[in-house]
Amino acid sequence: MSRTRRFLDRIEPDFLPGGRFEKMYALYEMVDTFLYTPPDVTRSSPHVRDVIDLKRVMSLVVVAVMPALLWGLYNTGFQANSAMAAMGIESAGGWRADVLEGLGIGYSADSIFASFVHGLTYWLPIYIVTLAVGGFWEVLFAVIRKHEVNEGFLVTSMLFSLTLPPSIPLWQVALGISFGVVIGKEVFGGTGKNFLNPALTGRAFLFFTYPAAMSGDAVWTAVDGFSGATPLSLSAAGGVENIIASNLTWWDAFFGNIQGSIGEVSTFAILLGGVFLLYTKIASWRVVGGVFVGMTATTLLLNLIGSDSNPMFALPFYWHMVLGGFAFGMIFMATDPVSAAMTNRGRWWYGGLIGFMAVLIRVINPAFPEGMMLAILFGNIFAPLIDHFIVQANIKRRQKRIAS
Amino acid sequence: MEHYISLFLKAVFVENLALSFFLGMCTFLAVSKKIETALGLGIAVAVVQAITVPVNNLLFQFLLKDGALAWAGLPEVDLSFLGLISYIGVIAALVQILEMLLDKYFPALYNALGVFLPLITVNCAILGGSLFMVERDYNFAESVTYGLSSGIGWALAITALAGVREKLKYSDVPAGLQGLGITFITVGLMSLGFMAFSGIQL
Repeated sequence: MSRTRRFLDRIEPDFLPGGRFEKMYALYEMVDTFLYTPPDVTRSSPHVRDVIDLKRVMSLVVVAVMPALLWGLYNTGFQANSAMAAMGIESAGGWRADVLEGLGIGYSADSIFASFVHGLTYWLPIYIVTLAVGGFWEVLFAVIRKHEVNEGFLVTSMLFSLTLPPSIPLWQVALGISFGVVIGKEVFGGTGKNFLNPALTGRAFLFFTYPAAMSGDAVWTAVDGFSGATPLSLSAAGGVENIIASNLTWWDAFFGNIQGSIGEVSTFAILLGGVFLLYTKIASWRVVGGVFVGMTATTLLLNLIGSDSNPMFALPFYWHMVLGGFAFGMIFMATDPVSAAMTNRGRWWYGGLIGFMAVLIRVINPAFPEGMMLAILFGNIFAPLIDHFIVQANIKRRQKRIAS
Repeated sequence: MEHYISLFLKAVFVENLALSFFLGMCTFLAVSKKIETALGLGIAVAVVQAITVPVNNLLFQFLLKDGALAWAGLPEVDLSFLGLISYIGVIAALVQILEMLLDKYFPALYNALGVFLPLITVNCAILGGSLFMVERDYNFAESVTYGLSSGIGWALAITALAGVREKLKYSDVPAGLQGLGITFITVGLMSLGFMAFSGIQL
């Protein structure tokens, strides 16, 4: 046995009922099962034999997010460095300047390493606050309500931090993740019991509470005073021509050489993670397929209808796919197994509804440039209903088969 | 035609009676435990709404509105202060008549709707629909569209809530929040999702 295992076994009695830290059992259990396979097995039927359990599933999702995260870090720094060079700003100011200048890294947009570290100085504080505050609520509920701390929170916190704009104030991060974890998940009883995606609930809460910090032109690049529209808002103003006119190609948007929320810019990196998730069958390919088909069909329909005053009508589907949070939502948010539809045919409908709504909000609703987040929440609301009707239809079909 | 389609979509989604105006909350919260009953109630509301709003519209346009009595030679009479009580009276009377008609000619539907029909008489979504119609000064065709579509929107919302609540049967809600408490939170989160439509100009 390894040393960690021996250590964990030695301290275990302290956490069992009657021990000194009885109340903290949830914490011990969290560390133990994160590192090792739980020893206890189900004693009564039914059994499911599988090599992975909920905890490994969640860890694998975190692995799948990595490409999007790494690219996001680089791109955040790259956008900031480019903007600084363009505006003639010498120093980032504050503690970031101390870090970047103290280590002699500097602000060169050409250097991948400098951009990466600069991006890290934005994402890391956000993530630390997310983990600390969200983890606090998670552990508090686990201790008081005596359920387990679940790795689901790792996924929630990771996804939540990646959907934020880099310049967001940290207290808003704390507020958002608190709302997401407590109201979105824990009041329903924790992982697996909620009906909305907790990360998106927190994100939507911030979006409606502090619209100035979550939307507009000034927040997407982390340089004070820099203002630049995201490609999505460019297209809302003038269609594809407007994006092309600002020297961005489809490939830029595909690889993520654009401004936006930290983790959602690169469709390519997200799809890399997506292939992994689909291959391991953690994400349902039906949901992903449904979202894509729904988005494409709606876009083609809107292209056909056309509009004189609204250039978004003409935006083709391959642009919709690479702009904004579409890919991120499709791969990581819509496929959340808890809040998605549970039946196979229901997953198609659920995905289709999300794709349809996302495009509809983007194109028709002038209040919100991006629709993916709200579309997924909308899909979450209707997922149980979709399941219900699919199940009822199935029952009817079988009854007919028996009758005949 | 386009005008009516956009009015329809607006009343169903953008100005959903339950989730953006929070009208008809008592029945919305109380009768949303099962999808089947919620659907039945939703259909009942849609039917009643589709009848009462146009009837109240006629009442408003030809009797109560300022100067509406011009056809009777009384152009300076303004009876709009009688609005609230007349609309409620019309709603109650129509629901009663509808109930009797259903009982006589469609007993199956009558039994399916059961207690919901009389319950609807005091549903504020129904009165709200009529008052919105007055406030926005709809003509007759618009009021038919609005009555039907606002009822459908309410039915959609309560069915979705019932779906979510059936799923939440398996959740583990803290003791203090069980029942109505968690339902309030659920409805709040649902209307967060329906915010997707806010701001749409049709």
